[in-house]
Amino acid sequence: QPQQESPEERPQFPGASAEFAERLEFIQPNVLAGIPVYRVMDRQGHVLRPSEDPQLPKEQVLKLYKTMTLLNTMDRILYESQRQGRISFYMTNYGEEGTHVGSAAALDASDLVFGQYREAGVLLYRGYPLELFMAQCYGNASDPGKGRQMPVHYGCPERHFVTISSPLATQIPQGDAPGAGPEPVLRPWDPSCPSPGSPDPTPAPAGHAGFNFAATLECPIVFFCRNNGYAISTPTSEQYRGDGIAARGPGYGLLSIRVDGNDVFAVYNATREARRRAVAENQPFLIEAMTYRCGAPRLPSGMRLGSAGIPPQKNFPFSQGFPTGFCPIGHHSTSDDSSAYRSVDEVNYWDKQDHPISRLRLYMAKRGWWDEHEEKAWRKSSRKMVLEAFEQAEREPKPPPRLLFSDVYLEMPPRLRRQRAELERHLETYGEHYPLQHFQK
Amino acid sequence: QRRGLRLSAPAAIQVTVRDALNQALDEELERDERVFLLGEEVAQYDGAYKISRGLWKKYGDKRVIDTPISEMGFAGIAVGAAMVWLRPVCEFMTFNFSMQAIDQVINSAAKTCYMSAGSIAVPIVFRGPNGASAGVAAQHSQCFAAWYGHCPGLKVVSPWSAEDAKGLLKASIRDDNPVVVLESELLYGVPFEMSEQAQSKEFVIPIGKAKIERQGTHVTLVAHSRPVGHCMEAAAVLSKEGVECEVINLRTIRPMDIETVEASVVKTNHLVTVEGGWPQFGVGAEICARIMEGPAFNYLDAPAVRVTGADVPMPYAKILEDNCIPQVKDIVFAVKKALNI
Repeated sequence: QPQQESPEERPQFPGASAEFAERLEFIQPNVLAGIPVYRVMDRQGHVLRPSEDPQLPKEQVLKLYKTMTLLNTMDRILYESQRQGRISFYMTNYGEEGTHVGSAAALDASDLVFGQYREAGVLLYRGYPLELFMAQCYGNASDPGKGRQMPVHYGCPERHFVTISSPLATQIPQGDAPGAGPEPVLRPWDPSCPSPGSPDPTPAPAGHAGFNFAATLECPIVFFCRNNGYAISTPTSEQYRGDGIAARGPGYGLLSIRVDGNDVFAVYNATREARRRAVAENQPFLIEAMTYRCGAPRLPSGMRLGSAGIPPQKNFPFSQGFPTGFCPIGHHSTSDDSSAYRSVDEVNYWDKQDHPISRLRLYMAKRGWWDEHEEKAWRKSSRKMVLEAFEQAEREPKPPPRLLFSDVYLEMPPRLRRQRAELERHLETYGEHYPLQHFQK
Repeated sequence: QRRGLRLSAPAAIQVTVRDALNQALDEELERDERVFLLGEEVAQYDGAYKISRGLWKKYGDKRVIDTPISEMGFAGIAVGAAMVWLRPVCEFMTFNFSMQAIDQVINSAAKTCYMSAGSIAVPIVFRGPNGASAGVAAQHSQCFAAWYGHCPGLKVVSPWSAEDAKGLLKASIRDDNPVVVLESELLYGVPFEMSEQAQSKEFVIPIGKAKIERQGTHVTLVAHSRPVGHCMEAAAVLSKEGVECEVINLRTIRPMDIETVEASVVKTNHLVTVEGGWPQFGVGAEICARIMEGPAFNYLDAPAVRVTGADVPMPYAKILEDNCIPQVKDIVFAVKKALNI
């Protein structure tokens, strides 16, 4: 047996504390043989261990379900409207709705969320109205973003959801801030729980920096990563090696967990506990929610995708209910065609076998909280709500031309004021030559 | 030395640019508890260039924060802090390293007010030494005035004297927009006279206003940062030959105070711009373009002349480095070229 080392024999390096080793041995990357995936329900919505059931009240479970399905409905309509040239761009959330609502339900309403761009369900759960989602996508006069951004770049200070910014992982170090600054001033915003669910933040340098800073500065922050298997067309097998995102956490000094992202209760439990401990212990947590980027619905056969100029119709071209039974073509965004890199079989599997919406529905049905009758009624009413908001958004004028000049700086500089005045004078004389009727006055 | 009545305020003292910046930070940290300083070596080491000397000791861990060596990381955290209504002062050890964080500075700090339609302000200050130093070679000597001055959403200031440094840094910290403060390492140790007024805790210089450092009638010299000093020296040399230069210290790169330059050109009819940065797409190029577009064009008696850094990555050999930045003799030469003498 080796002798107990005297203190003088232990390594004294400031960079790491450890024992000495006398055998040359490299550590395998997957030293844990894959971090297990925490789940509460099986794929049939059956709770495996009753002690893990968060036992949420019926109204809240119904809210989770309705948020996911309403998001799904909104996604379909807005996706189709992009294909028809009515909005310029869109990103759907198919298949990942569970990660949004599970985490949103576990946070306090005042927790600050820094999202990536596929977190609309968080905002919807927090009560952001359909009208404003649509307004942002259409860039019309009701858009709080004044038409400045591409669609899906929502933001809402009142609901503590920081405006979406396109560069990947940029929000990760930004999220560290509320936890790292002078404490007394920050108490109202402490804890901050960003939701940087990017397709894969691993390569993005901001992610590394953010994790490192969170740990060294002891920030009460929860990093929530949606691992949906792809970064645009690059599958995760080509994005990183090693055991996913969760395995990276301990390397940075973060408490980490991997959860089944399609299990709303698993997401809920993990986020709730991480948030509680992040605040109590002033340290960061990492949650890797495994999920899959699912597909868009197939149009009924015979229905052509129209060119621009199809007027808004009451019978909008889709008739399927909520997931199962559609041909999924789940693209990264409307600028992507994922049939180029994914097989229909692969996507079919995910859609039929494992979907957050159907799993929760099965859970609810078992308890007698939901049935076919309610499902039909809800499909009808949610579709109606979305269509009404959609048609309203399409009818609205665009923001007024004078907003061209505002918000570059908080106060408008003299040069821009002069230019704005010049435009106003120009429009007084030549306004008839411009399509001003489409713009708010 | 000629004796006579001193025209400066009786209680003026000599203060180095370093101490002026230190005073500004100290006063703003004291004035507003939301202000804090972060960066590499700013706390326990008193700052890589000692700009933050004594501040960690006085204000502690929560107000003066040492960060890991990741500009992307600490600029990101600073931007995030500004978004939730703190007022960070983010130090880059030199602005060359800000390139590691360029996404945070431009895509986040500069553009967020606009892209959020005014709902998110980013009251952040990025500061640090900019431009040439001495013997630090290409990757540590670039001037970023033109790069940052290019971007709407940012304000960019470039102080020369100790008064400039103190007044502009205080103004920048109090400004609710993102401001880039381009200091000069070679100026840190240089003492300047600081008036009694400038020594007060409320001394602030407005961003966007240039200063005429020396009145003149024959030619307008426009510069920012260290070259302002070279212009003053050149003006002294030229004065012996009967040429009186008007020297304008831009102080702010963006928004540029072109009106002061225009008024001066209307008076002198000749323009020479001087900068440490590279010529293409530089500060001088912008000044010339705007003069051409405005009323002062009709008062030019000769084309404007730009004096700039040489269009090469900064060499290491001293003799080459010395000849890569504008010297007094280059400015004198340019003035004579503009005046055709």
